[in-house]
Amino acid sequence: MLRDNTSKVVFIGGILIIAFGFFAPNWIVNQLMFGFSRALAILGLLVLWRTGLVSFGHAFYFGLGAYTVAILDIQLGVTDVFLRLFGGACLAGVAGFFVGFIMRNYRDIFFAMLNTAISMVLYGIIVKTESLGSTDGFAISLPTIFGVAPETKYPLFVVITVIAMVSALLVNFYLKTTVGRLTTPIRDNEIRVEYLGFSVAHAIHLKYTMSAILAGGAGALMAMSLGQVDPDSMINWTVSGELVFITILSGPGNVIAPFIGSLVFEVLRTYAFELAPHLWQLIVGGTFLTIIFFLPGGIWSLIVKFGRNKS
Amino acid sequence: METFLTILLDGLQFSSYLFIVSAGLTIIFGVMKILNVCHGSFYAWGAYTSAFFIGKFSEMGMPDGWGFLVILASAIVVGLVLGFLIEQVILKHMYHRDEVLIVLATFGLFLVLEDVILIAFGTDPYFAYQPMALLDSVEMGGIVRDVYGLTLIGVAAMVAIGCWFLLNKTKWGTILKAVIFDREMGIAMGINVPLVYTLTFIGGAILGGLGGAYIAPTISVAPGLGTEVIVLSFAVVVVGGMGSIMGAAIGSLIIGLLRALAVHELPQVELFVVFAVMAVVLVFRPEGLFAPAKPRKI
Amino acid sequence: MKQSKPILEVRDLLKTFGAVVAAKDINVDVNRGEIVGIIGANGAGKTCFVNMVTGYLKPTSGSIVFDGIELVGKGPREVTHAGISRSFQVSQVFHTMTVAENLTIALAIATNRGVRALSEMETPELTLQRDAVLKRYQLENYKDMTVNVLSQGVRKLLDIAMAVVSEPRILLLDEPTSGISVEEKFDFMDVVMGALKEDNVTVLFVEHDMEIVERYVSRVLAFYQGEIIADMSPKKALADSKVQEFVIGKRH
Repeated sequence: MLRDNTSKVVFIGGILIIAFGFFAPNWIVNQLMFGFSRALAILGLLVLWRTGLVSFGHAFYFGLGAYTVAILDIQLGVTDVFLRLFGGACLAGVAGFFVGFIMRNYRDIFFAMLNTAISMVLYGIIVKTESLGSTDGFAISLPTIFGVAPETKYPLFVVITVIAMVSALLVNFYLKTTVGRLTTPIRDNEIRVEYLGFSVAHAIHLKYTMSAILAGGAGALMAMSLGQVDPDSMINWTVSGELVFITILSGPGNVIAPFIGSLVFEVLRTYAFELAPHLWQLIVGGTFLTIIFFLPGGIWSLIVKFGRNKS
Repeated sequence: METFLTILLDGLQFSSYLFIVSAGLTIIFGVMKILNVCHGSFYAWGAYTSAFFIGKFSEMGMPDGWGFLVILASAIVVGLVLGFLIEQVILKHMYHRDEVLIVLATFGLFLVLEDVILIAFGTDPYFAYQPMALLDSVEMGGIVRDVYGLTLIGVAAMVAIGCWFLLNKTKWGTILKAVIFDREMGIAMGINVPLVYTLTFIGGAILGGLGGAYIAPTISVAPGLGTEVIVLSFAVVVVGGMGSIMGAAIGSLIIGLLRALAVHELPQVELFVVFAVMAVVLVFRPEGLFAPAKPRKI
Repeated sequence: MKQSKPILEVRDLLKTFGAVVAAKDINVDVNRGEIVGIIGANGAGKTCFVNMVTGYLKPTSGSIVFDGIELVGKGPREVTHAGISRSFQVSQVFHTMTVAENLTIALAIATNRGVRALSEMETPELTLQRDAVLKRYQLENYKDMTVNVLSQGVRKLLDIAMAVVSEPRILLLDEPTSGISVEEKFDFMDVVMGALKEDNVTVLFVEHDMEIVERYVSRVLAFYQGEIIADMSPKKALADSKVQEFVIGKRH
């Protein structure tokens, strides 16, 4: 599994970042945590994007993951980081599996919009339900790791980075299997894939469920990093829009891309809000257009080009 | 009885402005196969422009009746300028690209235009009540209604008739229908498809702008207008069928009346109801109720 | 010669689209190893027939039995698994991928069934097999070229090669030479038919070019307005008066 270059970079890069985080100031560690959490969701969206599918509603799974952590914490007193993560990812995964039965028959705009519709149904439910926090949301207690309540954020950061590494390696491997390779072919010519003997619906269902698990895990990690959940930062369609934005910004070329894209987004967001709060949408929209027109392969394609020019 | 009439009229008014906006969206989709997310911007720009100038004219001491002229002019100018610029500068270069990518580009445009509104008009809300105050109110069936709101229904009806006439009784309509059905065939027959695209986009933009311009006097024009309407008009277009004006009309009626009912009887399900209907339609009849037919693939 | 059961038995096939009758009274037996040409004017029902045999269209009524298995009700995937493959009038390939990648995917889908689909795809064995197919169909020179820069002729070769890697027992080719220039048609068909003969595949192909039909088939099915109007050897078919009137267009 660690044979190809990507896996090596992920593994070594992950270790280096963990080491770096030990010495880095808090605000950098925070950015890395937020970025890597979100990147998990982008990994799933990357696989769907390669298959020609864009979901404008993955905040549904992201939110499910985040709110599961909140409920586990507040109702059941669960503090362990792995239990919370597992709970969030599983619930989202199960939801994705069932929704997947319907979703796998849709493409293009319909796929995008049906996802939006269900995410907004969840948003509506949460906003109007007091016991689910309504618009205020919940604060979340710090997670414990192997029974120990850590003093700093560093242990959580290490956990998140390790989860990120493992996820990247797993998705990278998946993309080398036969079913994992059925991304671009499905996008290019579904009918031919069926005629060759593979069920497109099954392939898409699998990818969709995977993306739900990843987005749920991302939401869970994000909730724990932020220390709080609320519908507008976890479930609203604007969150879905951000996830799509980062996916396009990163580019579909490699599993490392989402991590770079997410970090760029984190930095961009922090500074845009500080320097020009009214221009955030303009920056996102402008970047969207720039990427679509001039750099359709995203940031990753720049990196590849840079690497090629050097050698 | 009063409640029923209130809900009915609220619903019809709501459906009316939704229809005007959605008609533009669905025509753009039908002809150009683009789901134009920045349609919400046409609406917002129409609202802001008309509110701004109604206010200005009022300050200058012009009679309130001019407000209606402002509304019409705002819609046309917004549609022409924004529609033309967007189509020529951005969309024209993307027609050969993936459908979803074009939608993402319009989404990017929407975000940009939303912030440009903030820069141009600021964050404070605008109130341009003058045309509404001018028409006063009327009593009917035991309730009091603003006449202005009722005229909205009239405007929607005129737009509907206008569209029907254009599509079914004019040469332009036939050309449009040809391009909707089979673009390549249209090119082969000598139709100037790029021109059709540009004019369609501008026309749709004008309708979007008109929806916003006309509704401005009845609301507080504040940031976030565009977002609300996009989502609702998407729901309309999904329910009615993309590319069908009849579908936009029926879809608007359904969504509009449902929402009025929800607002009055069960406010907590308001948001939920619209999306639930959209989800249900997408699951059971994804083409919508009135979508045009699709040709054989292999 | 031993009388063996036909590999494909089509009985009373009917396909209607509302009031339109696309196929009617289709009764055909195809024997193992036959090369059958399907001819007819446009709209006569040839592609409709191919679509029904390969599971893309469900017949309104009738049956299609392949080696004892009823195919009606099965979709394209199941028909492929049963052993029937097809190529397409307009080549259906993965246009943003290279020729080699197209074939690799086709091979992988055919060989990595079930749980094996979760194992790594590009094994040395698969690569060897793919290179063998490239050679057979004379596609080696185009190996690393992206499909969308290639000519129709190469795409059609690829289309057929992809259909063949699943080792089908019946292969349906839908207008294999359409879009290929007149000078290249015979070379093209020589490559294809040569490769197919080696594996004793039963072939049915839809074709408009009568010279191709004469040269490669042992039997002709002529369609007209959804019905089969002739089922005989090529020489006889081309001389048949009905075929001449409704398909070829000559009149005495």
